[in-house]
Amino acid sequence: MAYAQYCLICDGTACNSSQSERIYEQIMKYVYDHDLEKTCQVVKTGCFGFCEQGPIVKVLPDEAFYVQVKPEDAADIVREHLLKGRPVSRLIYREKDADSLGAVDKISFYRKQVRVVLRNCGFIDPESIEEYIAREGYQGLEKALFDMTRDEVLAEVEKSGLRGRGGGGFPTGRKWRFSKEVEADQKYVVCNADEGDPGAYMDRSILEGDPHSIIEAMAICGYTVGADRGYVYVRAEYPLAIRRLEKALEQAREYGLLGANILGSDFSFDIEIRLGAGAFVCGEETALLMSIEGERGMPVQRPPYPAVKGLWGKPTVINNVETLGNIPVIITRGGDWFAGLGTETSKGTKVFALTGNVNNSGLIEVPMGITLRDIVFNIGGGIPDGKAFKAVQSGGPSGGMIPAEHLDTPIDYESLAALGSIMGSGGLIVMDEDDSMVDVAKFYLGFTVEESCGKCVPCRVGGRQIEKLLEKFADGEGTPEDLDKMEAIGKTMISGSLCGLGKTAPNPVLSSIKYFRHEYEAAFKKDVAETA
Amino acid sequence: MAVAVPERVELAESLVEFINEWKDQPGNLIMVLHRTQLEYGYLPEPVVMEVARQLGTPASKLFGVATFYNYFKLTPPGRNRIAVCLGTACYLKGAGELTDTFSDQLDVAVNGVTEDKEFSLEGVRCVGCCGLAPVVMVNGEVHGKLKPDGVQGVIEKYRNGQGE
Ligand SMILES: Cc1cc2nc3c(=O)[nH]c(=O)nc-3n(C[C@H](O)[C@H](O)[C@H](O)COP(=O)(O)O)c2cc1C
Ligand code: FES
Repeated sequence: MAYAQYCLICDGTACNSSQSERIYEQIMKYVYDHDLEKTCQVVKTGCFGFCEQGPIVKVLPDEAFYVQVKPEDAADIVREHLLKGRPVSRLIYREKDADSLGAVDKISFYRKQVRVVLRNCGFIDPESIEEYIAREGYQGLEKALFDMTRDEVLAEVEKSGLRGRGGGGFPTGRKWRFSKEVEADQKYVVCNADEGDPGAYMDRSILEGDPHSIIEAMAICGYTVGADRGYVYVRAEYPLAIRRLEKALEQAREYGLLGANILGSDFSFDIEIRLGAGAFVCGEETALLMSIEGERGMPVQRPPYPAVKGLWGKPTVINNVETLGNIPVIITRGGDWFAGLGTETSKGTKVFALTGNVNNSGLIEVPMGITLRDIVFNIGGGIPDGKAFKAVQSGGPSGGMIPAEHLDTPIDYESLAALGSIMGSGGLIVMDEDDSMVDVAKFYLGFTVEESCGKCVPCRVGGRQIEKLLEKFADGEGTPEDLDKMEAIGKTMISGSLCGLGKTAPNPVLSSIKYFRHEYEAAFKKDVAETA
Repeated sequence: MAVAVPERVELAESLVEFINEWKDQPGNLIMVLHRTQLEYGYLPEPVVMEVARQLGTPASKLFGVATFYNYFKLTPPGRNRIAVCLGTACYLKGAGELTDTFSDQLDVAVNGVTEDKEFSLEGVRCVGCCGLAPVVMVNGEVHGKLKPDGVQGVIEKYRNGQGE
């Protein structure tokens, strides 16, 4: 049933909000008008990543990459390109200073990307299980169930070196092993799709673009650790992701890929969706479990870790969406293959939401070990309006600012931590010469203060105190003692807070003081500044 | 002194069905609150009291949960809900200025409702279209790359039910 042509229309959230639905309808209309429906397949897909240029339409096999398409352009795309084979040049994406027509793999936004987790995003219709299956979908689950023992699956995940993509970077295989080795009458698998970083949308795009990969991964995890129930905890603010996931769950049940005796094996597993309700702290795993239990989402002391004692007191593996997205490929292609990508300590790829003051903002997937310079200047196309780069912020409210002198650092978990930031879940915000570091630090801290659950003192009180001091700097009223105080309070929060929220909340402030101390000094009170 | 007896309200039939379906499931509270808010646009106090009664859970527990989470609203929104994204990308690209512009033009405070109940204005966390920053959602519809001078147009689009 291969078609001669494929016309892929991005229907991720960003393009969807710019009328991709209308574009689809119009293209379909003309396709039928010209009797092309048997030779050309028109597909609505998940996010292509290049949101800055959306709505995007791709035509294969010609690799024509149409950007900023409008519903009125449908006639030309169908009549000129699909019917007569003449790409519509006015819609083709052109690099700034190149005049060549852009085949997708030549576009610098894509050239350095490696797609493992996003392998299907933008290639298949996320609402069709057949298309997922046609691209090796559910083969990992089948292989695990019929050709591998639970220990062999675990060994493969351990060998891959995969680490958690939700921010912590904990080795996934080790987490699964903890859970597997506990004896219990009931175990759970939870997918963390709460995506808290306020400026990032990796997990959303994966759920919207390839929901079956998450279902498959959770089933593989369930088989490995001995769980028969899974929950996806997803933000209520992501209606499209929820709808696609619901649909995917239904299809998987119809196909016998979820439910009792999956594919005729003696393994049973099913998944339910639970909605978040707009509390950042609920991305933290113990708070998340409280929330699934229907409570106020307050973190609790670890250990015991959820893998041993989690949901309703039972062993629970919690993994991030992107972490899980790697699992099916690790099983089909093997842990060694995966471990061949990336750096010594950080294997595989990482998905980032590249945003802020950068030309090509969008969703990217790059091998670990790539430099920030490559990301910002090659993939991201540099800074708009000829301005100078100032810093890139990774890890959202838990991360830090990284200045220009460290742009050539190959990124992995360790190198980013050494710079005072973290890998985080994948938000990468580019800031230019006009962005004030004091202001950005205040933005992040304001966010964590607002989102602190209030349970422990260092986080609740410390955050508020730093915020007050930052306000002084924002008003040009700071003093050298204030700077010292912020650093001291920050260190106390790091060592004394109950959960990761408080432990990481000072990072944006501390890293900005470390690298951009002069911006704080410039905001000293006048008389202080003169004596200094 | 007379104590006000809370008024009993009749819940929408589909909500009652939902409650019955979820009643015995562990951890149902948040799902039930979501369903309730979907029905009424917010969580009216008498409704929550009645939901609590039907679930057999103390109302204080429901309010405790509802007030913990930003998503749940205890006051009615405007007929059109304007949500300005306050995520990082939008913040850097001028979401603050946009919020002020909406606030000025509608003469409404953030988290407030206009006198004629036509519009409510709120700041929300990243809505996940950072490539289109700054982003404003009105009744769930995304308006990307919005500039302060485009605010008027957005308001006009929805005023007097034109946006539906
Ligand atoms: C304040 C806070 C917020 C967090 N938010 C998220 C989140 O939104 N998504 C996520 O996957 N993990 C988040 N985490 C990390 C989780 O606690 C947990 O480590 C993760 O879900 C484990 O999955 P992984 O090992 O696959 O990364 C957060 C942690 C903290 C402390
Ligand atoms: S920061 Fe506004 S959409 Fe992400």
